[in-house]
Amino acid sequence: MALNSYTTGPDEKGHFGQYGGRYVSETLMPLVLQVEQEYRAAMKDETFLAELDELNRQYIGRPSPLYYAERLTDHLGGAKVYFKREELNHTGAHKINHAIGQVLLAKRMGKTRVIAETGAGQHGVATATVAARFGLECTVFMGAVDIERQKPNVFRMKLLGAEVTPVTSGSATLKDAMNDALRDWVTNVHDTFYIIGTVAGPHPYPMMVRDFQSVIGRETKEQILHMEGRLPDSLVACVGGGSNALGLFHPFLDDRDVEMYAVEASGHGVDTDQHAASIAGGKPGVLHGNRTYLLQTDDGQITEAHSISAGLDYPGIGPEHVWLHEQGRVTYVSATDKEAMEAFQLCCRTEGIIPALESAHGLAHVMRMAPTLPKDHICVLNLSGRGDKDIFTVAKELGEEI
Amino acid sequence: MSRLKARFDALKADNRAAFVTYIQAGDPNRDVSTAILAGLPGTGADIIELGMPFTDPAADGPAIDKAAQRALAAGACTKQTFEMVREFRTADDATPIVLMGYFNPVFHYGVEAFCKDAASVGVDGLIIVDLPPEEDTELLVPANANNIDIIRLATPTSDDDRLTTIVNGASGFVYYVAVAGVTGDKSATADNIGDAVARIKRHTNLPVAVGFGIKTPEQAAGVAARADAVVVGSAIVSLIEQGLEKQQPNADMIENILNFTQNLANGVRSGR
Repeated sequence: MALNSYTTGPDEKGHFGQYGGRYVSETLMPLVLQVEQEYRAAMKDETFLAELDELNRQYIGRPSPLYYAERLTDHLGGAKVYFKREELNHTGAHKINHAIGQVLLAKRMGKTRVIAETGAGQHGVATATVAARFGLECTVFMGAVDIERQKPNVFRMKLLGAEVTPVTSGSATLKDAMNDALRDWVTNVHDTFYIIGTVAGPHPYPMMVRDFQSVIGRETKEQILHMEGRLPDSLVACVGGGSNALGLFHPFLDDRDVEMYAVEASGHGVDTDQHAASIAGGKPGVLHGNRTYLLQTDDGQITEAHSISAGLDYPGIGPEHVWLHEQGRVTYVSATDKEAMEAFQLCCRTEGIIPALESAHGLAHVMRMAPTLPKDHICVLNLSGRGDKDIFTVAKELGEEI
Repeated sequence: MSRLKARFDALKADNRAAFVTYIQAGDPNRDVSTAILAGLPGTGADIIELGMPFTDPAADGPAIDKAAQRALAAGACTKQTFEMVREFRTADDATPIVLMGYFNPVFHYGVEAFCKDAASVGVDGLIIVDLPPEEDTELLVPANANNIDIIRLATPTSDDDRLTTIVNGASGFVYYVAVAGVTGDKSATADNIGDAVARIKRHTNLPVAVGFGIKTPEQAAGVAARADAVVVGSAIVSLIEQGLEKQQPNADMIENILNFTQNLANGVRSGR
């Protein structure tokens, strides 16, 4: 049965259906409750909202353009493809949208230090950026393996004044970076705010990050109405934790005629053990403060994800996505490393835009879908990040030395 | 009467605090872990917390994180933990065993089946660190139906409102996490502990156990003077890491650990 609205969640305890919630240790509970209280107050505070709006315009460079990808559309020969150009934001991705919102909240709560976890380094760079902008101390937790793979972003964070702490616990990847960030938070609750990098974690984070990212969808709606005089037929976005996808989708959830496709990273294939597709290959579970779908063993141990794109390389997904999946409102599909690489190169050559490998997963689905659709079908892809950070990975894939 | 209640009642009559030891089930492997478990009561452990290994123990420090990874690498799983408890119970039907861990493996096992199987092998209580009172109803109901206590955590960040929520539905004992931090980290002062225990006791008649950061017999004695139970975990688990040679347990590991817990037990007994 279709719901009257898909935008009423979460409930007061942070549940989207049976997903979400607040699964944190008791030490963090009072703080998590306080973050929620302060967040709700801030969103009713006109001074706070005005400052957020000002920073969105003057610091991030919003609104980001909605761009008609004409040559790509011609090449695919079907649907009319638009890009929502989040890659033009300050720091080169959508992550800055929620980092700005959260740092304002941290400041409002009187915190003097922020921490973050990062995989590819994009959320780490966004957090280091806003910490510098507001003069807060910043520590970014990053898997030791990722530090080696993402040297330019590590150096960027250092230039911005952040301390990058290598994570060697567990499997030394993004999920372990999140564990170490939680460990730090629990130890420094009095002065530290945890800036989470996606629509996951304990309530209110999935809701809060979604709300800060929803600026993407709100702008898109206004822009497409202006450009085409109607709503799009479909929206497409990549999904790891799912912040850029939810940011684009959320304002459209109750527009029933708008189809939505979230594209998970299926790495070497969902039928292998080398993928990051939690909806396609995961099971319900509890990790990092929320109930959601997770990649795990038969004993409930978390397994490592794999994707060519470090930003999608996480064994879970935001709880609201799981709910939207189970409700059937959003269709979850996937793209392999290989398909993302093809999309990446096509985007470079037809549009003169080097996309992030994350966003290339979304584009890979557009490439599959667009040729089968009529020319009056309007499709918006969230081009969530730029690919400068990925050129080393791509060069290696293509067998080139740079 | 539950084993936990019987044990706390007997200790109260003796006017001494309980000594609670923590090890990870299956660390560094099943055989050595089984031998340590079996030896603990003889060294003075009054209650045993048996950690259930999890890949992502976000509330634990490096010592217990490494213990979990070692145990998992050696093949630990929930079924094996239950088998270890069953084996322990063939020789000891009095020492309470509390399983401590994270919710995902429990949830994945199925909470009803987990509680039933835990009860059948002789588990007395559960501490699930990432399951706060707001979220634990789905475990509390089947656990209590199987006579398993749900032990809740209180921390330095728990104010009086929070303590009311925490003790409502708690049974067995209340576990006071003495420092805001992870296991094995810094230590709290004895005075702070005394104040906190007194504050918790204004909200509940349950015994109050204190853990986190207790590493020496002297510290254990100080806490024993102020609380109903003293929990030591990381300091014991660290000896397993120290006793590994080329990732294999050396010949003295079990003896060293049991000597250490004996010293800690003496500390606890000297506390009052």
